[in-house]
Amino acid sequence: MPAVSVYIPTPFRKLTGNRQHVEAEGKDVAEVLANVDKQFPGFAKLVFGSGTEVPAHINIYVNKQEISSLQGVATPLHDGDEVAVIPAMAGGSADAPAAAPERKRIGALTAEQVNRYSRHIIMPQVGPSGQRKIMESSVLIIGAGGLGSPIAVYLALAGIGKIGIVDFDTVDISNLQRQILHQNADIGKLKAVSAKETINAYNPDVEVVTHEVPITSDNSIEIIAQYDYIINGADNFAARYLVNDTCHFLKKPLIDGSILLFDGQVTVYLPGKGCYRCLYPAPPPPGMVPSCAEAGVLGALCGTVGTIQATEVLKLILGVGESLHGRLLLYDALAMEVRQVKIRRDPHCVLCGDDPTVTELIDYDAFCGGAFGHTNEEEQKAADAAKAVRERAAGS
Amino acid sequence: MPARPWSKRNGYMAIEVKVTSVLQKVTGAKLVHGEGSTVAELLSDLDGKYPGFKQQIMQEGSLHRFVNIYLNDEDIRYLDQLNTRLKDGDSISILPALAGGSH
Repeated sequence: MPAVSVYIPTPFRKLTGNRQHVEAEGKDVAEVLANVDKQFPGFAKLVFGSGTEVPAHINIYVNKQEISSLQGVATPLHDGDEVAVIPAMAGGSADAPAAAPERKRIGALTAEQVNRYSRHIIMPQVGPSGQRKIMESSVLIIGAGGLGSPIAVYLALAGIGKIGIVDFDTVDISNLQRQILHQNADIGKLKAVSAKETINAYNPDVEVVTHEVPITSDNSIEIIAQYDYIINGADNFAARYLVNDTCHFLKKPLIDGSILLFDGQVTVYLPGKGCYRCLYPAPPPPGMVPSCAEAGVLGALCGTVGTIQATEVLKLILGVGESLHGRLLLYDALAMEVRQVKIRRDPHCVLCGDDPTVTELIDYDAFCGGAFGHTNEEEQKAADAAKAVRERAAGS
Repeated sequence: MPARPWSKRNGYMAIEVKVTSVLQKVTGAKLVHGEGSTVAELLSDLDGKYPGFKQQIMQEGSLHRFVNIYLNDEDIRYLDQLNTRLKDGDSISILPALAGGSH
């Protein structure tokens, strides 16, 4: 009988004595779930609700592959496999059971909150109920840098219930040209910590969760699953593809932004309606598109683009206006011109198209040709080989 | 707004082409004009005016997958790709992917 490890998502840990992983036995996913329920009565109910099938808002992964692309709950297991139970985005269905990600419940606003958010509340598109929706939402911001900074500040001011910050870097003086989360006294501090301090100095009500790690295919599912909306302020292509793919698998809306020199691009990806890979199926070879460190960026540009991203998240939460979904906003600061182009779900997209070939997270560093140094010799060889092919093709 | 060049010279269409920051290194400007009755012809025309232009965006006869070309606001991938026909007054945008940051 195969012995497997089962990853328990945060909202279910009250049943498992707060354990993140439990050991279980079973020849397939169904048996393992039954075994976990036997050890921790009530677990099956949390997963299945009152039905017998895994509901649409729960994803189950065997070694990072979602079971609907395998054999569902009949997926066979082997010793040492990891089964992960991950609730997908909450909301939408009236009968979404308690298995949804733990959500703050806001009752009536306090007098102080009514005062603090009065400029929101008096608008018909927000009102007290809209403000409560904002305060019950959770947003993950990838990167506490140029884009992450204005995003985090404006979402904190708006009263977002929970803000997650993913950043493992420390504040450097060169950041201070544009990253408004950090100030002089923060140089040398972990950016995620500096971000938390700034956010709570603005608004003590916001729960800030810091993820002081690089986002990788080992942790992206676990981190992203905990939030309703994901905002990308990442600074490299590998992270963009990783976050995009994870959001697709977990069915999370992704608000994407990028900047360079005097240009910015922003859009919104909604689950099942297109993704970053539809727009850019493959990354440029390393060196072809410079980074901000190589080419520079106007500091104020980060504010413009990041604030647009924050605005789009608030619109999604409130359900107002027309989302940037389906449009790529192109901001040219030098000409002070804003254009839009149409984007759509590509039926041939390898991730979200009609016949997807990417059904689990991949090696993003190799995909992007080794943006980071490799400690793994095999990965390094593969990246070197890919680079050599590109160099020969480019004739350089 | 820049004045439109005299169009329909030699029976070809003069097309406005906008390029983003990175490609500007090759063209020297963010707005250039080219000629061609299809996107493919236009790109060849631009390559003639700005040597090295095509190499930045194409490889072996097809567009790099991290570069998108829009005719007005539609991705040519969903039109007729490089054979997409152009007419006078069309606006082409060439957009490579951006990632920002430090890597």
